[in-house]
Amino acid sequence: MRFAYDTSYAAARRRLRYPAGRIAYAVLLAALLAGPYVLPKFFVGEAAALFIGCIMSLGLMVLTGFTGQVSLGHAAFAAIGAYAHVNLLGLGIPLPISLAASGAIAGAIGLLIGLPAIRVSGLYLAMVTLAFSLIVEQVAGRWKDITGGYGGIAVPDPELFGLTLGGLVPFYYLCLAILLGLLLALDNLLRGHIGRAFVGIRDSEAASHALGIWVAGYKVLAFVISAFVTGIGGGLLAHQVQYVTPEGFSLNLSMELTLMVVIGGLGSLRGAILGAILISLLPTAISRVKLILPASLAAQFGLETFVFGLVLALFVLFEPAGLNGRWVKLRTLLQTFPLYRRATFVRGKTYAKSERYR
Amino acid sequence: MKALEVDDLTLRFRGLVAVNALSFDVAEGEIFAIIGPNGAGKTSVFNVITRIFPPSAGRIRAFGADITAISRHHVVRHGIARTFQNIELFEGASVLDNLLLGRHRFNHGGVLAQIAGLPRVGRAEDSSRAAVEDIIDRLDLSPFRNAPVAGLPYGVRKVVELGRALATQPRLLLLDEPASGLNPEETRDLAFWISDIRAELGITVVMVEHDMSLVSAVADRVLCLSMGQRLAIGTASEVQGDAAVIAAYLGT
Repeated sequence: MRFAYDTSYAAARRRLRYPAGRIAYAVLLAALLAGPYVLPKFFVGEAAALFIGCIMSLGLMVLTGFTGQVSLGHAAFAAIGAYAHVNLLGLGIPLPISLAASGAIAGAIGLLIGLPAIRVSGLYLAMVTLAFSLIVEQVAGRWKDITGGYGGIAVPDPELFGLTLGGLVPFYYLCLAILLGLLLALDNLLRGHIGRAFVGIRDSEAASHALGIWVAGYKVLAFVISAFVTGIGGGLLAHQVQYVTPEGFSLNLSMELTLMVVIGGLGSLRGAILGAILISLLPTAISRVKLILPASLAAQFGLETFVFGLVLALFVLFEPAGLNGRWVKLRTLLQTFPLYRRATFVRGKTYAKSERYR
Repeated sequence: MKALEVDDLTLRFRGLVAVNALSFDVAEGEIFAIIGPNGAGKTSVFNVITRIFPPSAGRIRAFGADITAISRHHVVRHGIARTFQNIELFEGASVLDNLLLGRHRFNHGGVLAQIAGLPRVGRAEDSSRAAVEDIIDRLDLSPFRNAPVAGLPYGVRKVVELGRALATQPRLLLLDEPASGLNPEETRDLAFWISDIRAELGITVVMVEHDMSLVSAVADRVLCLSMGQRLAIGTASEVQGDAAVIAAYLGT
């Protein structure tokens, strides 16, 4: 059993309130830093890809998890980030500036999409974003000067202050550093009044207006931030795949991002990370499991798609709050042991919403 | 100065007239109740004041300022806060976060300041927290401080919503059926809080309410609406004795 004794409001809003949490995160950070020296080469590359997945998932989480705006076309922002980054690098712009600028370009496009999108929500917004990503894919295929068309475009090795980061290990640290930076920035933002306003818009627009939240403005802001973060993820993804083609940013990637935030648990940054880890590792895990499966099953076409669908269906049915929800329950069990009651997390009746002014 | 002046207000949805040439005003520091049969246009009056619907005609002034054509999210800047008939809380957030959202209109620093986590952002956050803790104290919400709203009983939700409106530091509080769904004990608490809010915080209260025991206990004046029109205005006993009001409620 653990009690929260805070002696000041500042203590209550500390990121890590308990020594156990501080130790756990310190160990995690040490493990991440030591990773490349311990892990086999293959896993170092996988981990870098995983970090990039986490970045893009964080981007979508801001939009879908916090403001409740569904986007089924987030790969488009990654594509914009990737192509912008490649072209800016080609102009001789140094990596950090180019990466930030690619994020900004994706954010600017996010603003353009966000402006009309504030008029629609739910399914209709999903359709708008879906259409947008199809358009971006087509444009990427045709605009040969910038994108190299369907043939693709080669990505120069990442360089920082004259040092090449093209190797697996330096690239691992680059991705890790950017992930941690973005995670901290988003956490700061979402724990404050802007994050609360996002959640407010998601849960009740009528009340948000009445409290002085500029709903349209915050919806667009969420789009911009989300596109910015996803765009940076796209820029890193370009380095990781080393050769950018429109197919790399197809609906498949959008769907994976959506799966990450839903399975991770909407409305939490931890969920975005956990979901990205699960979804990114699933294909590798499946290919490993395939080796020990009977040949008739392992040779089945579409096994991966089936497992993805199954995982999503099971989560929606049994744990709508996602991996993060499971995590919170486990943590509560440990913190309140032996007083934990299952009923703590049973959702109360949802009261009449018939007269909501949506 | 009047807290609220409603002048010749009309709200029309195509052929349906929800509010019809309604005029009334509320003095500063008054507790003013709006009663009327179902569909009389009581909530519509609130919705026009808070700009959910634009009025078809008429003017609304709050503390002397014309608020007939301002944006929805600017209403709170004129010191007006409201609660909703069907409780519009932020289900996914804790009670504390719901109340902190009431402090949204106060400066907490811009996007970049928030991202950087500047010390002044933390100080603003702490002062909001302190203000919210006062409200938690006043409304006896401390057992629920960190509970998610989604699991709270109905009566507590009503109080949280009242607290959230108070967190905006309003001068005029619009309460839409504050006692609906409350048991007699909770209703008594509410009557106590409403008169307290007026006496200690100096907030003008306008409420739509069906519970006449609450209305007669706290309201200085009562306005009775029917079919969007004013039937009677006066003290609770005057309105209750009015022939037109009795006819509207009981039929002729």
